[in-house]
Amino acid sequence: MKFGVVVFPGSNCDYDTYHVLNNVMGVPTSFIWHKDTVLSDYDLIVLPGGFSYGDYLRSGAIARFSPVMNAVKEYSEKGGLVLGICNGFQVLLESGLLKGAMLRNRNLHFICKHVYIKVRNINTPFTNALKEGQVLRIPIAHADGNYFASEEDLKNIGANNQIVFQYSDNNGKINDSVNPNGSLLNIAAIINENGNVLGMMPHPERASEKILGSTDGKYIFKSIINYLKNRR
Amino acid sequence: MGFENLDKILEEHNLTKSEYERIVEILGREPNITELGVFSVMWSEHCSYKSSRIHLKKLPTKGKRVVQGPGENAGVVDIGDGYVAVFKIESHNHPSFIEPYQGAATGVGGILRDIFTMGARPVAVMDSLRFGSLEKPLNRQIFKGVVAGISGYGNSVGVPTVGGETCFDDSFTYNPLVNVFCLGITKKDKVFYARAKHVGAKVFYAGAKTGRDGIHGATMASAEFDDSLEEKRPNVQVGDPFKEKLLIEACLEAMDKGVVSSIQDMGAAGLTSSSVEMADRGGKGIEIDVSKVPQREEGMTPYEILLSESQERMLIVAEPGRENELKKIFNKWDLDIVEIGQITDSGKFVVREKEKIVAEIPVSSLTSSAPKYDRPYLNIVKSREKEIDNNDYIGKFSIEKIINGFLDDPNIGKKNWVFEQYDHMVQTNTVVYPGRGAAVIRIKGTDKFLTMTVDGNPDYVYLNPYEGTKRIVAESYLNISVTGAEPVGATNCLNFGNPEKPEIMGEFKYAVEGMGDASKFFEIPITGGNVSFYNETNGAAIKPTPVYGLVGIVEGEDNIITSNFKDEGDLIYLVGNLKPDFSGSFYLKKYYKRVEGVLKKTPLEIVKKVGTFLRENVKLIKAANDVSQGGVFVSLLDFITDRFGYFLQIPEVFSPELFLFGETAGMVIVSISSENQYNFEKKLREFSLDFRKIGAVVSESIKIEMLNKIIYVSSLKSFIKRYENAIPKRMEV
Repeated sequence: MKFGVVVFPGSNCDYDTYHVLNNVMGVPTSFIWHKDTVLSDYDLIVLPGGFSYGDYLRSGAIARFSPVMNAVKEYSEKGGLVLGICNGFQVLLESGLLKGAMLRNRNLHFICKHVYIKVRNINTPFTNALKEGQVLRIPIAHADGNYFASEEDLKNIGANNQIVFQYSDNNGKINDSVNPNGSLLNIAAIINENGNVLGMMPHPERASEKILGSTDGKYIFKSIINYLKNRR
Repeated sequence: MGFENLDKILEEHNLTKSEYERIVEILGREPNITELGVFSVMWSEHCSYKSSRIHLKKLPTKGKRVVQGPGENAGVVDIGDGYVAVFKIESHNHPSFIEPYQGAATGVGGILRDIFTMGARPVAVMDSLRFGSLEKPLNRQIFKGVVAGISGYGNSVGVPTVGGETCFDDSFTYNPLVNVFCLGITKKDKVFYARAKHVGAKVFYAGAKTGRDGIHGATMASAEFDDSLEEKRPNVQVGDPFKEKLLIEACLEAMDKGVVSSIQDMGAAGLTSSSVEMADRGGKGIEIDVSKVPQREEGMTPYEILLSESQERMLIVAEPGRENELKKIFNKWDLDIVEIGQITDSGKFVVREKEKIVAEIPVSSLTSSAPKYDRPYLNIVKSREKEIDNNDYIGKFSIEKIINGFLDDPNIGKKNWVFEQYDHMVQTNTVVYPGRGAAVIRIKGTDKFLTMTVDGNPDYVYLNPYEGTKRIVAESYLNISVTGAEPVGATNCLNFGNPEKPEIMGEFKYAVEGMGDASKFFEIPITGGNVSFYNETNGAAIKPTPVYGLVGIVEGEDNIITSNFKDEGDLIYLVGNLKPDFSGSFYLKKYYKRVEGVLKKTPLEIVKKVGTFLRENVKLIKAANDVSQGGVFVSLLDFITDRFGYFLQIPEVFSPELFLFGETAGMVIVSISSENQYNFEKKLREFSLDFRKIGAVVSESIKIEMLNKIIYVSSLKSFIKRYENAIPKRMEV
């Protein structure tokens, strides 16, 4: 098993993600430079958080033209697992690998804090280690995390069980008062129709070591490892 | 040669007539305008420390852990296991008033460069921020812009902002203070210096292109403001955090690969000061050709290129023979890198524009032999301090009113609104989050933790610069100690008014002496820092604000003390110098509108004993915090969680006001498990420390009792709500 973490100019959670995958989860992991285009060695590609290309223009808007993104597209079309975290999620949206867009947080500020998210679909490669309706405590850190999609897209996403996490309270109650950024339907994470590309705003790599206050993020990585093991 | 209209030109360059005469003497001729520009920035207060140097010598700078003291881009302290911490604090006050967002953003950018220039990856930022009251729209706008600027820049470069202080006082309305601290980590044998080593070595310019922004920034920071401020907006630089991020990666990679001989960022006074300092520290000369400098605008003159303060630029001397490897690394990161000159043995700063020499100045005349002034000073203590009787300030307001007023005050209220805008978690090292005194970060791959704090208290220093500043050092010492850490090194940012005024110079001189004496007592070396004078607008100065940045080490996770209550029934103690007083207190300022009293002598012996006690008895302590501004009541706020409040019994020797809101140096609050009561008290007696049991941890409420009568009670929920809403309710309208 081998994981790859893409490094765009301006990625800044690349090393944090590498650290958790490689040192905490124990899966050999390498960095993938944004100009690299050979991804066949990897069992998971992570697009990490950060400010790719400064997030100038729009978050993730320039990164989608990186040479690596064509390769990521092909890789995903072949069924490869792709995880976009925060800026990575934004890049996936901009590249069209996931449907929808990110607006500025409704309070117009960058928000960094722990939030609760409730899993809505445990039948994915990214969530199979979770229990139905389980609530995780994971931090967010973004300025543009206010998920938006057209009515039609939203309907399809809901109908296909593509909403993977929603912002909730610690008991799993979902309402507007626990929506940190204004996302439609409290959406924190969605998956593509094929079920192999996940975009999530919360940072599981920041919640994978006890000393950092939460290990709930490990469920995501454990799920991926389970899935890959079973697939073999 | 010579200038027509010399007086006007000198005024524009903030140079005196006698300074001009000195320039003529040094050069043996009249300077040209380019040279005059170079002298004006290098001799500006900001770059030359001409009013402060003779006093800064009094600060202790040596210690067994010190690898590099003042004089480099940042101080370096040995933290063991082959690692060093590289840290410094800098002000960006003047630009932050003129253009809050960019002023603060470039303040972050500048201090980050100071750290990675030394070969260290920046791992933590903290800010000490001061604004005028949030009741005024102007101050809200500045506050909002500054926080957004720090957030916009720091978050993007991926360095966590892990803490700091945010205070409001009307003396900062027209002169807000933005002091940014940064700490980096590297291996001891990987520290880089800005010292030219080899004659003939090639000098490279790397990073952003040079524009006309920020010309005379250093000079601007060396003068008072008046009503013509709007005109100064073009002097503020614009930051590009994306470029900075690329620079960090490219520079650290280049240094790691050994292709860099020496390196210096272009900060205040840009290309001029970086070239000059590089040559000076190595005892060499330097020659550059400004026509080779990448430029963003057309038709820039040598004067403009030399004085531009465009951001995100570095000056790099390549290791001879490795020039191509250096270029390759910067190209990989899509950054400009251009050879612009070389190191010489002439001892001169020579600037060419192609063939033509446009400036030629002896390096040392711009640095070590720049003017130094022993400015006249006044001891203002006698005119400001007067004895007060604590009993004159009680009974006027109900305790409930005071408590509610405190919780609702942006100085006391929770600072979530600020620090949630900062990415305080990136790099996944932050163990204790902002908002709780000192921040704690881990160092991956070791069992070590660094704890850090920035502290100031202008009210104390205003009353008594010497004792007030001692008290700030003592407070910092305890701030670090309550985390279980041993303080290892400090940096300072000294914010004052116009040093040409004797009372301001007096504030400065005695503050520095107080800082020096207290630091010596605690054996804390001060490894660098920054002086910001001329924080005045229309003749009114800020309250004197020396800020102390202190770094400590904890070995092992088990030795970290946090400040949040852990279990119901735990006992709460006061320990140390149990002598609360209203002099200089926040209570007196808020409810009696006065900064008054006589600051008691800071009991350094007790402070040290308290610190040692905490470190040696970590196992007995469940939570701890020091008592500083706002007294016991405010210190207790840090302990509260969404589950646990407290029940306090006020000892009858105090009035409730004095007990809750009186301030004193050398006191901490500790919570312990009741089963450790005997051992805890025994240890305190062994240390001959005063202590007093004052209450217990309870669920869901805050209750204060005196003589068996409840004098305050609140549900935890509504208490916290008020506490958390102080800033948002003023900002989110």
